[in-house]
Amino acid sequence: MRTIAEINEKIKKGQAVVVTAEELKQLVETKGVASAAKTVDVITTATFGPMCSSGIYFNIGHSKPRIKLGGGKVTLNNIPCYTGLAAVDLFLGATAIADDDPRNIIYPGEFKYGGGHVIQELVAGKDIVLEAAAYGTDCYPRKYLKTYVNINDLNEAVLFNMRNCYQNYNVAVNTSNEIIHTYMGILQPNLGNANFCSAGELSPLLNDPLYKTIGIGTKVFLGGGVGYVAWWGTQHNPCVERTEKGVPKYPAGTLSFIGDLKKMSSQWLVGTSMVGYGTTLSVGIGVPIPVTSEEVVSCAAIRDKDILAPIVDYAKDYPQREASNLGFVNYAQLKSGKITIQGKEVPTGSLSSLKKAREISGLLKKWIEKGEFLLSEPVQRILSSDSGYKIKPLQERKVKDGKS
Amino acid sequence: MVKVSIVVHFPKDLVGKPIVYKLVKEFNLSFNILKADVNPKDEGVLVLELEGDEKDYQRGIKYLKQEGLRVQLLSKDISMNEERCVDCTICIPLCPTQALVKNSETLEVEFIKEKCIVCGICISACPYGAMKIVF
Repeated sequence: MRTIAEINEKIKKGQAVVVTAEELKQLVETKGVASAAKTVDVITTATFGPMCSSGIYFNIGHSKPRIKLGGGKVTLNNIPCYTGLAAVDLFLGATAIADDDPRNIIYPGEFKYGGGHVIQELVAGKDIVLEAAAYGTDCYPRKYLKTYVNINDLNEAVLFNMRNCYQNYNVAVNTSNEIIHTYMGILQPNLGNANFCSAGELSPLLNDPLYKTIGIGTKVFLGGGVGYVAWWGTQHNPCVERTEKGVPKYPAGTLSFIGDLKKMSSQWLVGTSMVGYGTTLSVGIGVPIPVTSEEVVSCAAIRDKDILAPIVDYAKDYPQREASNLGFVNYAQLKSGKITIQGKEVPTGSLSSLKKAREISGLLKKWIEKGEFLLSEPVQRILSSDSGYKIKPLQERKVKDGKS
Repeated sequence: MVKVSIVVHFPKDLVGKPIVYKLVKEFNLSFNILKADVNPKDEGVLVLELEGDEKDYQRGIKYLKQEGLRVQLLSKDISMNEERCVDCTICIPLCPTQALVKNSETLEVEFIKEKCIVCGICISACPYGAMKIVF
């Protein structure tokens, strides 16, 4: 139909026809797939929500005298970083919390500040206190360092997320008699509420269910800047049961992203606190889908009512890793504000912000229309539903000392 | 006629007293319990909305104080920091009075202060610290 190179030529001339995934669905409903595919060059999809496997790596530059942080201890605003790298390279994850954070000792813990919050403040250009203790070597003699660091002074600052953009997700409920605090939010007892976390029909991987256009190397909107799909995400699980249209009925594909943190914005990387659970980072991601065939459009025409998600009990089944669920609901029902479970009307809440996702899909559309954002050709496809690739549970094996 | 929300603090030894019954029976006040945290052997808190004749209301309050209860006007307020709110809607099903609602057109979460009973669940539920209590 048209190649990515041809689409890029149109983008450069300011002639590309770009629609958001929501607009595309309207277009297909009025004009049909063939006509929409003829007209549209690019479809923008997006999502915004907490994504725990997010983090940054950065290089702080060498102090005088030099210090080797590798193998030492480093905190940023009292939040510990990973130091098992070269002298002044560090990694900070979204869920890191201070050693003296009370955690869940007084249940439920508040988790007001952690790695995700440091990342947001760093991106916002705030000075961050770095404190480091090292063991000292002949070539790196210094043993202690305390200084402000600022994103502008770092050599590199890179957002690297191992798992984002889940293709579909569980709807979390609580069948017990007590309130529980989960990464899916507060769950009231006796099916008091049902929480979901997906942009549904606007979500990137639900618009490209078999990963026909999104692959390794796909250029994306990442945290307000530009990023790329680095790999498939951890726990990528493409071979789950799918509907007739190829849409997974369970959490399935995931993506890993990388991008220049210095170009990102604190509006789209937001420190997040889940009471009783921990800290994380909410990430805004927008993924363009090039219309290279009619099939691309018919996949992206998927509606909320045709996307199913499993209802999972986070009081018993989820923590015990039981595979069972309480049935399925679709995203049109979830977004309506109430669903019915076992005959009971249950109000729904979303952890993923559809409002923000809509904003991102609009922003990415503008970038492309203005010729500021060209599409990239993926360099490798992501393992799809025909790959046999599956998430594996941990197989515990007894260690010699007998402890488990 | 007046309509006032009050916070009543019970010392441990008064938790057993049927004060709400008395307010209704002897002072002709109608009540709405906004929040109750009353446990035997523990200090209790009751948040009440009282409605009735101004004089009856004043007499009722006097009665509560004579019984040894501490009475305060409910002057706390919840406020929403719209810059922090990301419009996720996770708070909506938790709010017991539908003071938090989604605008289905703009997809924004709206806070209707008049419906709020200051239970505070949105404060701990909000992952972005958008809900605050103000005194």
